[in-house]
Amino acid sequence: MKEKFDIIESSCIPLPTENVDTDQIIPARFLKATSREGFGDNLFRDWRFTPDGSKIDSFPLNDPKYSGCVLVAGKNFGCGSSREHAAWAIHDYGFRVVISSFFADIHKQNELNCFVLPVTVSETFLQELFATVAGNPQAKVRIDLPNQTVTNLTSGRVEKFDINPYKKQCLLEGLDDVEYLLSKKSDIEKFEESRK
Amino acid sequence: MGSTLFDKIWSAHVVNHIPDGPDQLYIDRHYCHEVTSPQAFAGLRSRGIGVFRPGRTVCSPDHNIPTLNQERPIADPVSRNQVETLERNARDFGLEYYGLCDPRNGIIHVIGPESGLTLPGQTIVCGDSHTSTHGALGSVAFGIGTSEVEMVLASQCIIQPRPKTMRITVKGHLRPGVTAKDLALYIITRMTTGGATGYFVEYAGEAVENLSMEGRLTLCNLSIEMGARGGLVAPDETTFEYVKGRRAAPVGEEWDKALAYWKTLKSDDDAVFDKEESLDAADIEPRITFGTNPGMGMGISECIPAAPEHNPIEAQSYRKALEYMGFREGEKLAGKKVDYVFLGSCTNGRVEDFRAFASVVKGKKKHPDITAWLVPGSHAVEKQIRDEGIDKVLEEAGFELRQPGCSACLAMNDDKIPAGKLAVSTSNRNFEGRQGPGARTVLAGPLVAASVAINGVIPETLDAQ
Repeated sequence: MKEKFDIIESSCIPLPTENVDTDQIIPARFLKATSREGFGDNLFRDWRFTPDGSKIDSFPLNDPKYSGCVLVAGKNFGCGSSREHAAWAIHDYGFRVVISSFFADIHKQNELNCFVLPVTVSETFLQELFATVAGNPQAKVRIDLPNQTVTNLTSGRVEKFDINPYKKQCLLEGLDDVEYLLSKKSDIEKFEESRK
Repeated sequence: MGSTLFDKIWSAHVVNHIPDGPDQLYIDRHYCHEVTSPQAFAGLRSRGIGVFRPGRTVCSPDHNIPTLNQERPIADPVSRNQVETLERNARDFGLEYYGLCDPRNGIIHVIGPESGLTLPGQTIVCGDSHTSTHGALGSVAFGIGTSEVEMVLASQCIIQPRPKTMRITVKGHLRPGVTAKDLALYIITRMTTGGATGYFVEYAGEAVENLSMEGRLTLCNLSIEMGARGGLVAPDETTFEYVKGRRAAPVGEEWDKALAYWKTLKSDDDAVFDKEESLDAADIEPRITFGTNPGMGMGISECIPAAPEHNPIEAQSYRKALEYMGFREGEKLAGKKVDYVFLGSCTNGRVEDFRAFASVVKGKKKHPDITAWLVPGSHAVEKQIRDEGIDKVLEEAGFELRQPGCSACLAMNDDKIPAGKLAVSTSNRNFEGRQGPGARTVLAGPLVAASVAINGVIPETLDAQ
């Protein structure tokens, strides 16, 4: 799961819906597994498939004209349940980047911890990107993590995006928070001592 | 400049501040359930490490368990495996475990406060977004993902950006028949489902101070439904009274010392919040939701508002929600026929909720077309229901109690609302399919739910019964 990030250029899969909650990203009935793998099969399960398991053709993930490792979604993406399974499902399906104008806090943190890059753009950028992809489903975006920029390669519109320097370094170098925390054990023990 | 309550607690737990980055935050109390922890324990195993501070983690299965026949092995082998995995992990890593049928078992956000494990001034996390519940006691409590569960197990710390602060002041008094749930649903609709994202909320004002501890637990529980990282209420006499004498609460000298500290836990008069909101309790009537997120709500006597045409994508999402629910803009929901009623969850599964429900159904009969699931939040709640004779009142009205668990709130077990059916639920989420694929959920408080259970329809007012 810990692939290092660099510059990504890809076409997008658009999901122009707001307030996509993590129950839609991965419904609770699929949370019974005890490993991290395989959740991609049920990503957006009830929007992708009918109850009898047939594909819903109109859903963008099922539409063959769209492809790529970038998901573009309406504002407040990932609200609701803290289930990290949602980020695992997005990653397992093959997405590396999610672009939205607004992310829910816990899900955003979960994506970062699972090496999926959440890119927050302005509403203007987002709406233009939806329009671009509607016009040309293979239109590409470039996400440049080192320089923290995202570019709509059709319109040429560029925006800077925010990411804290610590997490940026983790993504660029494939680093892990647990390793970092384990290296701080003596600080933690000192902290505990100071509270007695 | 003074400090906010949130800042005082957070700052007291920062082990390191990463320059230009997040804080390394020490966690006092970690709750663990079966669904979001197995991969974290697997992570410890693959690293070859143990749990750093086993005494600070408590495990209780709640999400994925049946609410009937808990004394028998769980029938679904996949669910059984997940629960057994938690039990095995707790044993292997030396953690306290409250298994099924253990009198200490229950929904983790119900048992934490009721056992005295949750205390004012603590930092508390759990792999569950409703961890914000514990903020009712004046703690900084929030939900985390599984990677963060692994961090806590490995180091008793997490890496966390410091949220901004917001105060929501509720002036005046709630009207009779208006519960903490109605207050919370009103706040969420005003703030919208994402309106408090990035913030930690302190609830204040007369109406909040006058809430019982259980009411405060309901209020803080729903903080996440407006996107907030968490919510909290400054500890006061109500809090101290509630905590005193509970199983894990401090006693003797430890109590005196703790109490002296807890009394310092309030926002200074000159504290500055990043955002302030204020509302009048008297404006609130009993609430229901009509859409597919908890922000899509209204008073029970109101009509569904028109779609927000100024934003085409927002309007499209709004219509999609109404289409799913089978409702129309401008429509009143009062009088609408309901199929299921669910009383329970970490939002409204405590004894006060059962008392409220029983007060409405007492001496009446359950409507024949209603299927009602009444699920206590914990074994302790169930015991109290029986001790107070509430179970008899419910039985005489045609209701029966199930065994404790998260149940139909997220329908991971067999308690699923069938596709297309309309449920009035005291739980926390009305997302598409939340209570079962195709299920349609209207969120409400326990009094409205009880009225529906008796009359079979959504009420226009609570007096007209």
